[in-house]
Amino acid sequence: MKQFFAFIKKEFSHVFRDRKTLLMLFGVPVVQIVLFGFALTNEIKNSNIVIVDNAKDMASQQIINKLASTPYFHIKKELLSSSQIDAAFKAGDVKLAIVFPANFYTDLLHANKAQIQVIADASDPNTGNTLTNYVTYIVADYQANLNATIKAPEQITLDTRMLYNPDLKGAPNFVPGVIAMVMLLVCVMMTSISIVREKELGTMEVLLVSPFKPLYVILAKAVPYLVLSLVNLTVILLLSVFALDLPIKGSILLLYGVSTMYIITSLSLGLLVSTGASSQQGAMTLSLVGMMLPTLMLSGYIYPIENMPMILQVLSNAVPAKWFYIIVKAVMLKGLGFSYIWKETLILFGMTIFFLTLSLRNFKIRLE
Amino acid sequence: MSAITLNNITKTYNKGAVLAVDDISFSVEKGELFGLIGPDGAGKTSIFRILTTLLLPDKGSATVVGNDVVKDFHKIRGIVGYMPGRFSLYQDLTVEENLNFFATVFGTTVKENYDQIKDIYVMLEPFKDRRAGKLSGGMKQKLALCCALIHKPEVLFLDEPTTGVDVVSRKEFWEMLARLKAQGITIMVSTSYMDEATLCDRIALILGGKILSLATPEETIKAYPEKLYAVKSSNMHKLLKDIRTNDEILNCYAAGEYIHLSLKNATKENENSLTKFLAEKGESDLVFKETTPTVEDCFIRLLGNTDGNSN
Repeated sequence: MKQFFAFIKKEFSHVFRDRKTLLMLFGVPVVQIVLFGFALTNEIKNSNIVIVDNAKDMASQQIINKLASTPYFHIKKELLSSSQIDAAFKAGDVKLAIVFPANFYTDLLHANKAQIQVIADASDPNTGNTLTNYVTYIVADYQANLNATIKAPEQITLDTRMLYNPDLKGAPNFVPGVIAMVMLLVCVMMTSISIVREKELGTMEVLLVSPFKPLYVILAKAVPYLVLSLVNLTVILLLSVFALDLPIKGSILLLYGVSTMYIITSLSLGLLVSTGASSQQGAMTLSLVGMMLPTLMLSGYIYPIENMPMILQVLSNAVPAKWFYIIVKAVMLKGLGFSYIWKETLILFGMTIFFLTLSLRNFKIRLE
Repeated sequence: MSAITLNNITKTYNKGAVLAVDDISFSVEKGELFGLIGPDGAGKTSIFRILTTLLLPDKGSATVVGNDVVKDFHKIRGIVGYMPGRFSLYQDLTVEENLNFFATVFGTTVKENYDQIKDIYVMLEPFKDRRAGKLSGGMKQKLALCCALIHKPEVLFLDEPTTGVDVVSRKEFWEMLARLKAQGITIMVSTSYMDEATLCDRIALILGGKILSLATPEETIKAYPEKLYAVKSSNMHKLLKDIRTNDEILNCYAAGEYIHLSLKNATKENENSLTKFLAEKGESDLVFKETTPTVEDCFIRLLGNTDGNSN
C-alpha cells in the first residue's frame, strides 16, 4: 500500500510540475463553455431583414413593429418595391425579406384573407427555416390578438409546451455534451500519454527492474486525473449555472456520482491506449482521432442518433459518451433519480471493467 | 556459486534480422567487479537487459544469484540494482523525491539503508531539492547509482555509467565502485573507455555480439603476442603515412600522442632498419621505443583480426 501511495504522489508531482498541460486542462473546458454558450449557438439573433411595405396601413405597421421589437430581427431597410429585393439579397447580409401587398388591412378586414410574402435566404437551410418560423409565430401572435377583439369563427389553436427547455436555449443541449467531451479529452488524452511517456523517457526501464505491481502503476496513473477531472466538472457546472443560467434540476450528489463513473471509464480507456501505444505521438493521435471523433459524432450530442443509419446506431453503443450524455441530460435537465439511469451507469461500469482488464493484460512487464 | 551465469545466450532483433548477442557463455563470481568492454553496438546493452529480465533471450539460459532470468524474473527484480545507459530517473522530480520514490518501490526507506549510499549521497546532498533534470552529468550518475543502491542489491548492473561524464567524475565513480565491491556487491559494468578496463577484476572484450577475450586485465595484456612499439615525431600525420609504406609493419595506429606499431618480425635488426627508414624519410625529433600494451591495444588487435576473418 505504501508503494501505491508513493506512485500516486509521484504522479501528482508530474502533473503539477507540467504547467503547460495543467493550463490546457483547465483552459479547454472554460473556453469550450464560453464558446458554445455565447458564440456557437443555434439561436439566431439580430438577423438583417428588409421590408417592402406596399400597404403602409395600421396592420402592416403593427406587424413591422412587432418584428422589430424581437431580438431576432434587425430591420435593415424598408425598400420601395419588390424589384429591389433581389439586389438586397445579393448584397449579402440580408437573410429575409417581407413583402406586404397594397390594401393589406382592408383585405384582412373585408376579404377575411390577406397575404404576406416571406422570402428567405435558404443557402443555409436551418437559418432560413428558423427565421421563417419566427415570422410565422409573430404573425400568428398578431392574428390571435386581432381575433381576441373580433369575434372569430371556430378554430383549433395549438398550445405547445417545450418541456425541460421552454425558451429553446442552446445551453441545456451543449452543457452535457461539453461535459462528456471535456472529461473524455482530459482523461483519455492525458492518461494515454502517461504510461507511454515513461517508456519514451526510459524511466520505465528502471521501474521495470523493481518489484512493483503493474496494477499499482496503472491505477496510480489514473488517480491525479480523476481528481483534476472532478475539479474540472465543478468549473463547468459553476460556469453553466452562473454564466449560462442553467440550473441543475436533479441531485448534485448523483450528478457527481455518475460523472465519477464516467471519468473512471474514460481513464481506463486512456490507460488502455497507453499500454498499447509505442510513442506519445501515437497515443495522442489515437486518442484524438479514435476517441474525439466518435464522441462528437456518435454521442448524440451534435447529431441525433435516431437519424443515423442502422450500423452507426449500433456502433454508437460502444461510445461511452453516448451513455453519459443520456445520464447527464436526465439528471441535470429533467431532475430524474438513479432509478432512471441505472442501466446506463451499469453499462459504463461494465466498459470500465473491460478496459481495465485489457490494459492490465496489455501492460508489458518487459521491454519490447 | 557464481553470481551471474550465461549459457549460450543468443538475442536477435527484428525477427532475427539483427544479431545482437551471438551464443555467449560466461559467468561472474560473487563479489567480482566484472567489465564488459566494447564499442557501441557490440551487444553490451542487450546482455544487460537480458540479465535484468527486461528482454527475453532467443536461445540459451541465464541466472542471476541462482534465479533464472525468464522464470524467476520477479525475484531477480527485487535483488538487483540497475542503472541503464541513458539517464532514466524522473527528471521533474527532485533528487530527494527520486530517492524516496525508489526506496519505497523497493519496500524500504532511505533512512533504513542510508549507510549504503552515504558516501555518494553526501556529494548530492547540497542539491537535494534540485530537479534531477537540472543536475550536471556527474551528479546525475551519482543519483542514479544511489537509486540503484537504495535497496542493498546483491548484484549491481551498470550500463555505461561513465559515458558523457567528465574525467574527474569518472575517477570518483570508479572509486565508489571499488568501495561497493569491498562491501561484497557483485558488479557488472560496461564501458567503451578502455582506460577503465584495468580497474575491473576481469574483463570481457566484446564485439559484434561475441566475446573476443575474457581474462583479468593483466592476463589480457600479457596475452598480447607481439612486441609493441611507440613512435612519435614532430609531424605525426606524415609519420603515420610513411610508416604505412614500410613492408615490415604488421599494424600501426594512432594512440594518444604516439603511434603504436608492431612488426612482422620483431628483431633488433628490423627495429634498426625501421628507424633508419624513418630517418631517411626526413622525420625530425623521432622517438622510437618499446612499450607495454594497454587493453586498448589488445582490443584493436582483436578488432583487426575479426576484420581479417570476415574479409
